[in-house]
Amino acid sequence: MTNIKRRNFLKAVGVGGAATVAGFGCAANGSSTASRGAHVIVIGGGSGGATAAKYLKRFSPDLQVTLIEPSATYYTCYGSNWVLGGHATMDEIAQTYDALASRHGVTVVQDSVTEVDPAKRAVMTAGGSTMNYDYLIMSPGIDFRYDAVPGITAADAERIPHAWKAGDQTRILRSQLEAMPDGGVFVMVAPGNPFRCPPGPYERASMVAHYFQQAKPRSKIIILDNKENFSKQGLFMAGWEQHYGDMIEWLPSSRGGQVEEIDAANLTTISDSGLTTVKADVLNYIPPQQAGKIAMQTGLTGDGFWCPVNQQTFESTIHPGIYVIGDSSVAGAMPKSGHSANNQGKIAAAAIVNALAGKDPLSPSTANTCYSLITPDHAISVAAVYALKDDGTLGGVEGAGGVSPADAPASVRQMEAIYTKGWYTGITADIWG
Amino acid sequence: MKRSRVLGPGIALALAAMALAPQASAEVERGELLSASCFTCHSIDATGNMPGLVGYPRDLMVSQMQAFADGSRPATIMDRHSKGYSAADIELIADYIATLQQ
Ligand SMILES: Cc1cc2nc3c(=O)[nH]c(=O)nc-3n(C[C@H](O)[C@H](O)[C@H](O)COP(=O)(O)OP(=O)(O)OC[C@H]3O[C@@H](n4cnc5c(N)ncnc54)[C@H](O)[C@@H]3O)c2cc1C
Repeated sequence: MTNIKRRNFLKAVGVGGAATVAGFGCAANGSSTASRGAHVIVIGGGSGGATAAKYLKRFSPDLQVTLIEPSATYYTCYGSNWVLGGHATMDEIAQTYDALASRHGVTVVQDSVTEVDPAKRAVMTAGGSTMNYDYLIMSPGIDFRYDAVPGITAADAERIPHAWKAGDQTRILRSQLEAMPDGGVFVMVAPGNPFRCPPGPYERASMVAHYFQQAKPRSKIIILDNKENFSKQGLFMAGWEQHYGDMIEWLPSSRGGQVEEIDAANLTTISDSGLTTVKADVLNYIPPQQAGKIAMQTGLTGDGFWCPVNQQTFESTIHPGIYVIGDSSVAGAMPKSGHSANNQGKIAAAAIVNALAGKDPLSPSTANTCYSLITPDHAISVAAVYALKDDGTLGGVEGAGGVSPADAPASVRQMEAIYTKGWYTGITADIWG
Repeated sequence: MKRSRVLGPGIALALAAMALAPQASAEVERGELLSASCFTCHSIDATGNMPGLVGYPRDLMVSQMQAFADGSRPATIMDRHSKGYSAADIELIADYIATLQQ
């Protein structure tokens, strides 16, 4: 059985014969992992997965590391709001896997995992292969819960984009904004907590406002928010007033922001039991979210929407041997961000390398930083350092972290805007470089 | 059947790896893991505009992290980060980073 599956796989990959044998031979034919290095499979080549694959090889060059990702090009969500604002191109937020393969010795397989068998330690792919692993890391990002609000389904995303996964969705929203007449209304429905990138919706509103101010200054932006407050709220609102006057209107859940239904045909949102309706010219519905589909399907979420893990190592508390990082995981106080996913990839990689060496796991201390642009020259940030608390969760270290000062001069905002772009270059080099 | 595409490290490299047949005995020390979180912004490839850290002198690292934490060196964000690490952790980071070579 194993042999047949393995032959299918060799046929499926076609090229790179010897590399393939080195990559999959050990687990498939049952020889000891120590003789050729254990085989670690990483599912998902986004912020968390690509980092984990690279750092596994950095920490332990003898490991056989296979990264499975369906897309040849990954478009980062970070920077996608700048594309919407008209001051970055899609090419500038495109990342590829060449360096992971050629520089770091990761075997990159362009395919999609359809099933994981935790008992057999095997993954099956859409391309028809079966691969065995000694350890598995999953970083499949998010999936959308379109069933949360009646009147809209995933099929509507072509016309009512979420643009919460970058790529075609970003292009659709940008072209809708470009086609919108001056004086139109851009409506964003922002999800309740927890969700991917807590400051993201508000950076998006800022960037759309920047574009409107230049191209269609009579237009309006309405944020219908399924919560009462949001990340860096004071700094965002001060920035909006300073740069955009009253162009952006934010409605919390208690003042009509809690969208209960969507009339997709008429681009209209309904809240307050029908008392409040908002008609959009461009509607950006960001649905509530859950762990990536393959994590849900593997049972890694238990009864909830996200994957519980041992926060010291990111090993699943449900299926030992599977590590879940990034947005899909429950990571204590760490937000669902690219910066968090990147650092979690390093923690999981170190935990696996140390487990193979028979060492106790390290107690991680790690960090997050989220920069947001309010204009291309005005940025704000939130930062935190996290350590393992007595209750086993990752909590913010007291006295550290926090947001940019409220009273900073324009020169500091500008400096942070320069560092926002530096952050992008730095993190993308750390992940895919 | 849909075909998978493999970007591999190449046959020669794979054979070399097999020939060496090293034991999986690598170990990650705390200093290395702590430092890895610096590289998110301070890329070890020296891209981006945050100061590069490769080969950063040990004692200078310790003094600068302290200066960020006590406010004597002004910063936009390193003040907020530096306060999150104990003196012992900062020394581990400084020790590890000083060993990095381009
Ligand atoms: C508008 C916006 C702005 C943002 N800005 C920032 C920011 O400024 N800073 C920041 O830190 N974060 C930011 N983020 C958040 C950041 O993009 C995510 O938190 C981060 O990418 C999560 O990483 P991940 O690895 O969990 O998931 P992802 O990066 O989404 O990667 C998941 C990958 O898994 C692959 N995958 C899924 N299922 C399978 C399968 N079955 N088989 C194989 N592969 C699979 C997908 O193709 C994808 O490539 C932003 C997000 C948005 C939406």
